[in-house]
Amino acid sequence: MNAQAWMLLCAFLAVLLLLAVPTAAWLARVMEGRFALGARIEAPLYRLAGVRPQEDMGWLRYALALLLFNLLGTLAVYALQRLQAVLPFNPEGMGAIAADSAFNTAISFASNTNWQGYAGETSMSYLTQMLALTVQNFLSAATGIAVATALIRGFARGSSAGIGNAWADLTRVTLWVLLPASALLALFFVSQGVIQNLAPYQQVETLEALQYEAPRTGPDGAPLLDADGKPDMQPQQSRSQTLAMGPVASQEAIKVLGTNGGGFFNANSAHPYENPNALSNFAQMVAIFLIPAALCLVFGRLVGDPRQGWTLLAAMTLLFVLAVIALTHYEALGNPRLAALGVADGGNLEGKELRFGIAASSLFAVITTAASCGAVIAMHDALTPLGGAVPLALMQLGEVVFGGVGSGLYGMLVFALLAVFIAGLMIGRTPEYLGKKIEAYEMKMVAIAILVTPLLVLGGTALAVMADAGRAGIANPSAHGFSEILYALSSAANNNGSAFAGLSANTPFYNALLGVAMCLGRYAVMVPVLAIAGSLAAKKRLAAGAGTLPTHGPLFVTLLAGTVLLVGLLNYLPALALGPVVEHLALFGH
Amino acid sequence: MTRKTFTLFDPALAGPAAVEALRKLHPRVQWRNPVMLVVYAGAAFTTLLWLQALGGNGEASAGFILAVALWLWFTLLFANFAEALAEGRSKAQAASLRALKQESWACRVRDAEARGEGERIAANALRRGDLVRVEAGDDSQGLIPADGEVIAGVASVDESAITGESAPVIREAGGDFSAVTGGTRVLSDWIVLRVTANPGETFVDRMIAMVEGARRQKTPNEIALSTLLVALTLVFLVVTASLLPFSLFSVAAAGAGQPVTLTVLVALLVCLIPTTIAGLLSAVGVAGMSRMMQANVIATSGRAVEAAGDVDVLLLDKTGTITLGNRQAAAFLPAPGISERELADAAQLASLADETPEGRSIVVLAKQRFALRERDIAALGASFVHFSAQTRMSGVDMGARQLRKGAAEAIRRHVEAQAGHFPPAVQATVDEVSRRGSTPLVVADGGRVLGAIELKDVVKGGIKERFAELRRMGIETVMVTGDNRLTAAAIAAEAGVDDFLAEATPEDKLRLIRRYQDAGRLVAMTGDGTNDAPALAQADVAVAMNTGTQAAKEAGNMVDLDSNPTKLIEVVETGKQMLMTRGSLTTFSIANDIAKFFAIIPAAFVGTYPQLATLNLMGLTSPGSAILSAVIFNALIIVALIPLALRGVRYRPVGAAALLRRNLLVYGAGGLVAPFAGIKLIDLGLAAAGWA
Repeated sequence: MNAQAWMLLCAFLAVLLLLAVPTAAWLARVMEGRFALGARIEAPLYRLAGVRPQEDMGWLRYALALLLFNLLGTLAVYALQRLQAVLPFNPEGMGAIAADSAFNTAISFASNTNWQGYAGETSMSYLTQMLALTVQNFLSAATGIAVATALIRGFARGSSAGIGNAWADLTRVTLWVLLPASALLALFFVSQGVIQNLAPYQQVETLEALQYEAPRTGPDGAPLLDADGKPDMQPQQSRSQTLAMGPVASQEAIKVLGTNGGGFFNANSAHPYENPNALSNFAQMVAIFLIPAALCLVFGRLVGDPRQGWTLLAAMTLLFVLAVIALTHYEALGNPRLAALGVADGGNLEGKELRFGIAASSLFAVITTAASCGAVIAMHDALTPLGGAVPLALMQLGEVVFGGVGSGLYGMLVFALLAVFIAGLMIGRTPEYLGKKIEAYEMKMVAIAILVTPLLVLGGTALAVMADAGRAGIANPSAHGFSEILYALSSAANNNGSAFAGLSANTPFYNALLGVAMCLGRYAVMVPVLAIAGSLAAKKRLAAGAGTLPTHGPLFVTLLAGTVLLVGLLNYLPALALGPVVEHLALFGH
Repeated sequence: MTRKTFTLFDPALAGPAAVEALRKLHPRVQWRNPVMLVVYAGAAFTTLLWLQALGGNGEASAGFILAVALWLWFTLLFANFAEALAEGRSKAQAASLRALKQESWACRVRDAEARGEGERIAANALRRGDLVRVEAGDDSQGLIPADGEVIAGVASVDESAITGESAPVIREAGGDFSAVTGGTRVLSDWIVLRVTANPGETFVDRMIAMVEGARRQKTPNEIALSTLLVALTLVFLVVTASLLPFSLFSVAAAGAGQPVTLTVLVALLVCLIPTTIAGLLSAVGVAGMSRMMQANVIATSGRAVEAAGDVDVLLLDKTGTITLGNRQAAAFLPAPGISERELADAAQLASLADETPEGRSIVVLAKQRFALRERDIAALGASFVHFSAQTRMSGVDMGARQLRKGAAEAIRRHVEAQAGHFPPAVQATVDEVSRRGSTPLVVADGGRVLGAIELKDVVKGGIKERFAELRRMGIETVMVTGDNRLTAAAIAAEAGVDDFLAEATPEDKLRLIRRYQDAGRLVAMTGDGTNDAPALAQADVAVAMNTGTQAAKEAGNMVDLDSNPTKLIEVVETGKQMLMTRGSLTTFSIANDIAKFFAIIPAAFVGTYPQLATLNLMGLTSPGSAILSAVIFNALIIVALIPLALRGVRYRPVGAAALLRRNLLVYGAGGLVAPFAGIKLIDLGLAAAGWA
């Protein structure tokens, strides 16, 4: 890492911390229901919906409420995509989305994954973008924060039957945190040049004629083949270009703030209308980490010991910085074969926006995969092998290095329970975390939560490499093709949503496989986490003494980071060895 | 009882354990341990692959498959051996207990007054509530047939069979010394006891059940840990199973090498799943109980032992635990007109024949203060007057001189009966001494009161250090005493306890325990009296003294056969050790996997991707030898860790953070590094033997 990369990283962390502290204070106030003015405004909404916000729910009811809420969201997104052709705000006359793609996208946006098998500007109407996708960006983020809040309550409360009210939690966080913050950020983005309109796409005449090749097509629209069986390519020339328009800024803000990551355009944040300059890029990066970082501090505040929150934040930061160093290092190293040819010596610029460069692209790649965002400003497929292994590994760790809004915190707390369990035994006490005993029931739920994603990723990848339909999507054969499939499954099952690209995933096979992976990866973790919350809330809070394991300070930070790394490594080392590691050794070997 | 202690691999135990290890290969036994069940299935599967290879169409050379299969069976046998060894130790302990349950006859009587006549009945036919008369040298040689409570008579009882303590103890009706245990023996006199336990429920029965059943009942932490181990096993099952399609894809993509063989996948799976801790888990539990037995503590369940490790408040009775059970003379406080030396002289004479610790301490104090030599009571022509419950005094008669010492009230009656007069100044001294929490004894010569002797509590030697140690363990000590606040505060300060409860009634004790528990603390206490029973029942860990009443023993979840209240500290340490051993072995087991990856992954895929040879960090000779070395290491490490599992990880009272740092370093970092060295060594060995 050069000085510029270090300075960027330090500036990023400094701004992040500076903003996280007040955000945490505000979040804690909202989630505790201490925002009185807000409560007065919410009251008529609750009356209308027949919700009693003071009513405490048991964990099962809380979970069912969230599942139902997300199911309705999924159905709405599906319906809007299928019906968009006959609905308004469709200046480009986009047709209905295919059933498999609509299924995949519906789950993708409800589960906060925002995996995009489609390209936004060529398939979605403005109404679908706004009402289906942007709305789910808010609601899936709110769901994550609600679950995290419920788990925090599990730790903070003692001998309590309930973990809060799901409807009140969803309403509060949406109205008083996500909406205002997104509105501010959207305005900022507009000031930087992000577009926000409902206008039809613009045709512009380019200064330079564009030369390109396109396959000759027959009367049925299928490409005609030449003698070798390859598409018959014909040279083309064009002086006109279509510029996609749309309500971008409003979706862009919540895309990053809610760690959603689903771009308005296919190029995502690499598109100048989504992310016009270095400042907007910096703001996007900070926005992605803001709520996950603040939630750690909210945790500390609500359990009555701020050090606990800072400890989680420190463990996440430690893993994050390691990842940034690794990725930036390998990108700066570049491709030795190209260097040998003397055509590239400034590191690996393939697949990167030149206006962002290596340092910012590397930092963004780590941020977007450390958090379960998935927005991109560079093609991850074009990263160096081990550089590309970093985003892959970050997702495979379970999206706990900051992670998704809410899901990052509860994922990290699941790892903390695991670390505390083993460490607690090692000091000769029944393990306890924040005065709550960790017993067989909690371990069972922790086991499920930690088991689900490796099962989905490894099982799904195995299925894809065995099935013809799975192998058909691979653009690059060999180890890189394997990495592409592994990346897609890791991204989906861990609800990240970024794509390695190179894999044609908008096929019925991948739409179905990844849809199931996203769904289980989200909800099969969320439910056990809520079960843990319920079980912990019911327990007495024991007093801490000199004999209790201190769960703050450097030792615990190391332990927690080590546990996350070890579990991730044990699960994925063989798969990584057959993908990026082999590629790296082949590239750098002799 | 001669309770045997065994060295670790005592041939008397190792032999039968080896046989038992084979017997445990029965699937029904393996079913209980899911992790080892996977090893079992893997071993059976590779054996089938070997048979297939013998038939000529194996996936690899028959010799290699056989070697892997054999070592998988060994892995299983080693784990069985560890369990059998631990159980063997327990069984030996149980057998010596069972010897107590010999056939015997009892004399059942109708009421406590009945003498001589009674019905002869087999001991095992006795029911709760039956009355039994036991006399030294009767039909059954004074053997007490069942647990019971003395309701009449007084006898000296030999309890060595249970406690290992050879000095007989007095058991009598009423009070805190009325409980007797079946299997002990009346040495002199007789008692009538009411049977308090039906056959099969007696104390010895419970001990045997506890010792033998230790492995059958999993403790809460063991269940939680087993859950984690099963989860890890499942993950690794998926990791290895997915490698087959990955390998098929890679071979097709690279167009080189062979797909990974099933033998290698099974080997990888067994190496990855936490066999080390799973194989030793039950041995750790059994050994923990066994260690408690060796410390002469009987726990009613493994859960109780584990809970002991969690305790953070200890309630300790002052008398007998913090202070010596007996008070010692500390000062002579003469009446007006009497010199201190005169008082000391009389007090010494009055105590010469008094063999009680208090009496001895008076003689010692007189010698220290005034160099008064002990005098021969016979030479003085004095006759000793024993303490009696009626007079509540003792002393000597020397001619006309009647020297007496006793409680103030008793002496007052004594002197007033002789027309003497109890000086108000002495009364004031007595009150003052009482207020200090000491015990005053008053000395009189005939009708003349000479003054008072102050008897003080003496804090046990070394107890302050133990409390400091407890504090470092994070355990708070609370002294409970019937003394007034002043005395209690003085002793508490001297002994270095964290807090004290003065003028404690049984209700106060109960309330104190509840208050601590409500504040989220776990409380341990010891007790012996019947009035301790409610508090014992409330406490999280309750150790009843074996000398205590039946009610106390039933309310507690442990019984200390030595009746040594400081034993609680050992109990806590044993509980902690059990958990620490499990945690450390788990950490070690998981950390080992990294090295095994580096041994097996390059070996399994180097044919497809030759570049992966770079990952062969250990420089293992050949792919076959790499895999075999990992499997062998995985099996041998179980044997290597048996001593640790049985002995337990040493507990050091250094505080949680320091302890964690240390154990993480030893078992975490050690677990990372050790297999690299171990696997390399085994590989070198295989290569040297030409098997690589």
